[in-house]
Amino acid sequence: MNSLLRAYQLTCIREDRVLFDELSFTVNAGDLIQIEGANGAGKTSLLRLLAGLSLPYEGEVRYREQAITKCRENYYQNLTFIGHLAGVKGELTTVENLSFSLALQQDRIDNIDNAIERVSLTGFEDSYASHLSAGQNRRIALARLWQSTSKIWILDEPFTAIDKSGVAQLEQLFLDHVARGGAIIFTSHQELQIANHSVQRINLEDQI
Amino acid sequence: MSTPQPLSYRQLFWQVMHRDLKVAVHNKGDILNPLIFLVIVITLFPLGIGPETNLLTRIAPGIIWVAALLSALLSLERLFKNDHSDGSLEQMLLSPQPLFIMVLAKISAHWLLTGLPIILIAPLLALMLHMEPLAYPALMITLALGTPVLSLIGAIGVALTVGLKKGGVLLSLLILPLYIPILIFATAAIEAAALNMPYSGHIAIISALLVLALTLSPFAVSAALRVSTN
Repeated sequence: MNSLLRAYQLTCIREDRVLFDELSFTVNAGDLIQIEGANGAGKTSLLRLLAGLSLPYEGEVRYREQAITKCRENYYQNLTFIGHLAGVKGELTTVENLSFSLALQQDRIDNIDNAIERVSLTGFEDSYASHLSAGQNRRIALARLWQSTSKIWILDEPFTAIDKSGVAQLEQLFLDHVARGGAIIFTSHQELQIANHSVQRINLEDQI
Repeated sequence: MSTPQPLSYRQLFWQVMHRDLKVAVHNKGDILNPLIFLVIVITLFPLGIGPETNLLTRIAPGIIWVAALLSALLSLERLFKNDHSDGSLEQMLLSPQPLFIMVLAKISAHWLLTGLPIILIAPLLALMLHMEPLAYPALMITLALGTPVLSLIGAIGVALTVGLKKGGVLLSLLILPLYIPILIFATAAIEAAALNMPYSGHIAIISALLVLALTLSPFAVSAALRVSTN
């Protein structure tokens, strides 16, 4: 079976410190991968490398066996990345924020109300994001996941500032996405409550 | 699950520009600041120099253009800074849509908000500086062709410095030398016009710079953005 995404001997150096050295792993359809490590272990750096936002010191990331720098457009059609910055504009309303980022990522723009309902923002559709709480801003960004048509999700701390019921809903969404043949790579300090699915773990501290 | 149709280039352009304009309308101070700066600088000149109309007439083109240039520089940083700090720039870089269209849309929005007001208010300022009536058309033409170049070239510098905490000084150092040709040809055109001499040659060179900047700068900006988010 062809892998979706492959990290090939990635080395990352930040501030003269080796974060990880020759890290290789494969992401197949149906994988749910949690990146673990203490603060500063390089979790975010790894996710940014995988998304192609920064370049590795050595090694490369391959999407369907092709270096991502050579097939950006194809790769990005199949990638949803939510970093620790939400990418939500305070000057725009919930709906404006969501529909803009969906259009940008070529995700489904129909049935936006459903996505807004899923993240419990019904009633806040026309509120400016700057008037909403941190958790609600985070939810605006996460609402994209319900509309996403991409296979690979890369999520940096998706549960930050999200309440318990929200986390449960997200976990269910993760399971659905993986069952549909998607793949999720995420970082979190929280233990996932998902029992019926084996979450693969990559611990960055073991890699040096 | 149906995959939605990708946006056409034009739709994408309008979407991004519309969004930027909407955001700007909420930060009215950001739009007004450069314009107020321009007006203040130009009103101070007659006060500082004294009411010698001949001298003012002589230096009017230079004053207006230098002030326009500095006010453009003042407004540039806003172009990508906010998008960078709230993460929406990352999302643009990760979009399957072509980045140079989005960049061009952002620059166009920036010009509409900073360049266009300068052009609209310029005749009034020229009047204040006793500019030679013959030179008005040349002033308007050089501003109309020149201010977009200021935004386009400036965007490259902003894109290169967006990742830095304090990129302000570096930005000026990077950008100002590139602004000099525009300044020279624009003021020369206006001075030629004031002497009732032909100035189409100057205009042709500014137009050439505009075409060059319009075609190349979006690509340079895209590349620079990818580098500075690294």
